[in-house]
Order: sequence, then C-alpha cells, then structure tokens
Amino acid sequence: MNRDDETPDNLPAAQGATPEPVVIDVRQGMFGASDDGDTSGFGGLVTNVLFPAAAARPYGGYFDEIADHLERALVGGSASYAQAIERVVVDRGEMTIFVAREHILGVARALRDDPALRFDMCLGVSGVHYPEETGRELHAVYHLLSITNGGRRVRLEVTCPDDDPHIPSIVEVYPANDWNERETWDFFGIVFDGHPALTRMFMPDDWQGHPQRKDYPLGGIPVEYKGATVPPPDERRKYS
Amino acid sequence: MTEQTRDIHATSVADAKDAEGAHVYASGGDWDAIVDEAASLHEERIVVNMGPQHPSSHGVLRMIIELDGESVTEAKAGVGYLHTGIEKSMEFRTWTQGVTFCTRMDYVAPLFNETAYCLAVEKLLGITGQIPERATIIRVLLMELNRVASHLVALATGGLELGATTVMTIGFRERERILAIFEMITGLRMNHAFVRPGGVAQDLPPGAIDKVRDTIPLLRRGIGELERLLNENPIVRGRMVNIAYLDLTGCMALGVTGPILRSTGLPHDLRKSDPYCGYENYEFDVPVRDTCDAYGRMRVRMEEMYESLKIVEQAADKLQNTPGPVMVEDKKIAWPAQLAIGSDGMGNSLDHIREIMGTSMESLIHHFKLVTEGFRVPPGQAYASVESPKGELGVHVVSDGGTRPYRAHFREPSFNNLQAFSAMCEGGQLGDVIVAVASIDPVMGGVDR
Repeated sequence: MNRDDETPDNLPAAQGATPEPVVIDVRQGMFGASDDGDTSGFGGLVTNVLFPAAAARPYGGYFDEIADHLERALVGGSASYAQAIERVVVDRGEMTIFVAREHILGVARALRDDPALRFDMCLGVSGVHYPEETGRELHAVYHLLSITNGGRRVRLEVTCPDDDPHIPSIVEVYPANDWNERETWDFFGIVFDGHPALTRMFMPDDWQGHPQRKDYPLGGIPVEYKGATVPPPDERRKYS
Repeated sequence: MTEQTRDIHATSVADAKDAEGAHVYASGGDWDAIVDEAASLHEERIVVNMGPQHPSSHGVLRMIIELDGESVTEAKAGVGYLHTGIEKSMEFRTWTQGVTFCTRMDYVAPLFNETAYCLAVEKLLGITGQIPERATIIRVLLMELNRVASHLVALATGGLELGATTVMTIGFRERERILAIFEMITGLRMNHAFVRPGGVAQDLPPGAIDKVRDTIPLLRRGIGELERLLNENPIVRGRMVNIAYLDLTGCMALGVTGPILRSTGLPHDLRKSDPYCGYENYEFDVPVRDTCDAYGRMRVRMEEMYESLKIVEQAADKLQNTPGPVMVEDKKIAWPAQLAIGSDGMGNSLDHIREIMGTSMESLIHHFKLVTEGFRVPPGQAYASVESPKGELGVHVVSDGGTRPYRAHFREPSFNNLQAFSAMCEGGQLGDVIVAVASIDPVMGGVDR
C-alpha cells in the first residue's frame, strides 16, 4: 500500500467526481505482530484495503461502446441495464462489469448474441473469496473474449453471500464454462444453479470443505534443516 | 486398470445391479472365464476405465468409456489425479516466489507459465512499460524455443501412442537440443523460474546466442525428418485423417484454443490478435488447416515449429543489438539476483555479497527486506494471457496490497481443451480415443494444477 501514491490508476477518486473506492478489508498492525510484545508502534497502524472505485463515463477505449451496446441489448430482456449492472470498474486498462447475480445469465446471453458485442468465447470463471466483505464474500469472475470483434475483452464479476452461495450457471450460454464452474464449486463452494452436473472437478467426491477459501488452512509441517526449524508456510510472518 | 473398477466406481455393485440389467465386473481372475460370462449375457455394452495409470493416457488422465462393440457411445474424462494445489500454495509465498510454483503447472512449457504470470503481476504493478527491451526479447526467445520443445513432445508422445517409436526417439532427441540451450541460459532443463516479475533472473551467459544460432539448423533438419516420416505416412494418415473431428462451432462453444482451433481454419493467435512482449515486431505467419481433424492439428504443430524458429532467429538478431539491463530499474521491485558461476555451481555473485556485507548496510537491509518480505502490489485485479503451445494461457491475479498474491488463477488451455474430449470421441472407434487425446495434447500438470 505504500505504492498507492505512485500509481495513478489506484488513486482514490477525486472528491465528488466518482464514488469512493471499495473497502474490501481493514487491517491492523504490521509484521503480523498483534500482541502486546510490539514496541515498534506499527501495531497501531490501521490500513484500509481499497479496491478501485466505480468508473465514470467516458470509460475510454472501446469500453464505452461495450457499455452502450450492452445497454441497448438488454432492452426488452428480463432486466434493464440499470437493474442488471451494479457498477463498472475500469482499472489497469481492463473493464470489469459487476452484474447482479440473478441477471448474470441474461447479461451473458446479450454479450454473446448481440452482433456488436459478440463475445464468442468465455475463458472460464475464477472464484475469489473476500471473507471480510460482508454479504459479498464470494466472487465469481468471468473473462470473455470476442474474437469476432478483434480480440476485445471484458470481465464480469458476480458476488454472492457466504450463507447463500448460489449463482446461476451460464453453461447453457457458454458450454465452455462446464468444467470451470465445477472447479469453482470444488474450490470455493459456489453453487452454480442450473449446471448440468455440478460435481467436484479436482478433489475426491467425498472431500470435506472447499480448499481455496480463505478459511481453509493450507496445512504443512515444520521442516528442520541444519538444526534450525522452518515453520510451515501458513504460519510464517505475514506483511499484509 | 481393471482391478480398480470396483474401488473407484461411484456406485456400489448392488446399486448398479438395480439400475439396469446384469453386470459383469472384470477385476482380475481368469480372462477366459470373464469372457464366457460376458458372452452368456448377450450384452455388447461395456464400460472401460482407461487410466489414470495407462501409458497412452498422456499422464494421469482417466477416461471412462462406454462401448458398444468397438464404438464409443459415451466418453468422459476424469481429472484431478495430479492436483497439487499450486494456486493455493502461491497465496502463501511472495509474488516472486510464485514463479517457482506456476512453472511446474504445464511442465512441458514452463516458460509460458512464468511469462504469463509475470505479465499479470507487472500489469498489477503498473510497470508493463518499464520492462527492459532486452528482458522482453529474452522472454520471446525462450518462449519460442519452448514452443518447439512442447510441440516436439506432442508429436513424439502422440506417435508413441500410435506405436511409432521412431517418432518418439526423433522428437525427444530434437527436444534435448532445446533443453541444452535452456540449461545453459537458465541453469535448469525444466522448472526454470527464470522469468521474474520485472524482467528475467539474469542476462544470457556468454556464447548463448551462438549456441542458439548453431542449434537452429539442426532443429530444422530434425523437424524435417519428422515431417518426412509423418506427413504422407499411410499409417499416420489412416489413423488421423477425419479422426477426432471438431469444427469451429464446437471449438468456440467449448472454449478450445491453440492448434485445435487453428486446425478448423480460424487463424486466431494471441501473438497476432493481442500482441504482448513486442510480438508485433516479429515477422511470422499463423499456420492454419481446415480439416478439423487430428491430422490437421499435427500439421499445424509441425508448421508452427518452423514459424517459431523464424522468431527465434529474429530475437537472436535483436539481442545482439540490444544491450542493457534485464531487470526493471525500480529497486523496490527488482529482485537482487546478482548471480555468478562459483566453484560449486551457480550462486550469489561474490561482488554483490562483498558490497552488501562489507560496504553498505543499506544495501544489506534492502536485500534482506526484498527477499524475505517481498514487494507490495497495489490492490486490484488483472488478467494477462499468452499464446502457449496449447492455446490461451490466462492468468487472473488479485492483490490486496500485500506482499503475497491474494488469489492467482490460471486459465489453463489444456484444462479447457480437454473438455472437447467427449465431443471428439463419441461415435468413433475405441482405437481413435488415443488419437483424439494425443491431438488435444493435454499436459496433466497444467490441467490439474
């Protein structure tokens, strides 16, 4: 976070112009020392983990076109653009569209079928677990590619709460997502409703838990080398 | 193979009996007795569990195949036998250490994994434009050599699975030449961890470019030998033409990229459509075929090797005229990898040790902090992709502002392409299943991660 000031992309939005950055987590201290043995004063540090704020028009590049065409393509569908799209983030030259989970299928279909959008390939879904983002703990992140329109890319992000981990499956629009959704179910426990056969992808069928979640321990044993003991990786000092 | 049927099968024997008809489980014993029993049922339908331990299953791929006589009526792929939790492990190491993990995913094409990951981390850091020219050219040179090596393995193992041992020996012999170059440049034949966020670990050793130049004609000759052996070989044609058919519609629906997609006539190659690492400055063609079959894929791979060698030659020329550092200038990111050949092999440069231990305490602190703590990456997410030998290798990295990846997800082309296995096999013959898998060229280290 000490690099925030050096990267313009990551600056908090200007006052009043655009919404504030999204607080994903609030961290305290440094060097992993939270007990009273800390005499450095760093233990009192409070830092917000800030994710990029929603972007304001114009987004730049072809992103405005995508937003315009999507708004038009969603007219007459099950939900309008305003209902389906939570926010749009443009960061590091990439466009992320946050979609309300109940409308992800409609948005995906519009993105695939509209000739001006034509995102003909889905490059899978990746899960991310933000345990501190209450009510939006689990994120499913889809990457779409339009070969027809010269390699345009867009990212869709859908969130669901931990106690209701359901997201509609988009396999009927993008069959390529079949195994990817199984992988995300396996590793994060996101239930993709409507998936033809949502079974574990990598872990054994009778496995307990979902290993990529942040509350799932990495495990490991201490290793002794030349008399010194190195703790397992998840017990080593953290700096964030 | 057969002995595992009872253990792995999801339904118990009793359940299966209830489900439909009588079942015969072949799990050891006298084969004649099993055949007699099966014949007495007048049932041609057999479920064969090929793999995960099977020489032609291309690693630890499990194929569950339902047969009616010799015809495949249903084919399913079971994966996960090589899952090592690479993505999870990366969340507990620094950003730079992540390279050491992801290089082990698709172990036949490790330099693509490293480069894709580093491009994503550099995008997160916002230093994509600051990567030294020389480092980028070295990355391109290594990647294209690696593409040749990967395609050679694809052809070699594919040939072996058809029973063509000579194809295998030639393929691996030629690959060995490339691995020798890798060993000279990176110190290792595989699992290099040579490409690092910010550049590459170190500059080319003296004589490396000459060695590359000397090797290229040998590789051309070796690939030519393979071509003469395979292209018009009647057995190869008989086994591969019109086999494992998957057309453009199927590829797009199933997210298939790489040589399989290009064998349907679509010249989609990220090096052309979305250039990274300065690929727009190299002259090369994207070979395509329109046969949509295993034979077309083999020919695409064959031709791609020649194109890659063209790029390697251009990269070698560029390297000769591009001096300079191979690591980003920002000392807060540049890993202090000042290495030198010592009496006991590769190690830290003595000059560097002398400086940090003897003359500059600040350098020592800096070195220590960077190596133990690592650099911080501003919060956010990024996606970077490269055209690996198997298709689009994408990396989705998320940072929470810390010194470790908050999440790193790899869109592995082998994993996605393997979904097409069912579509390629169903309706075909049992013998063609092997050809289909070989034409997909999945590397299970990448599929399972």
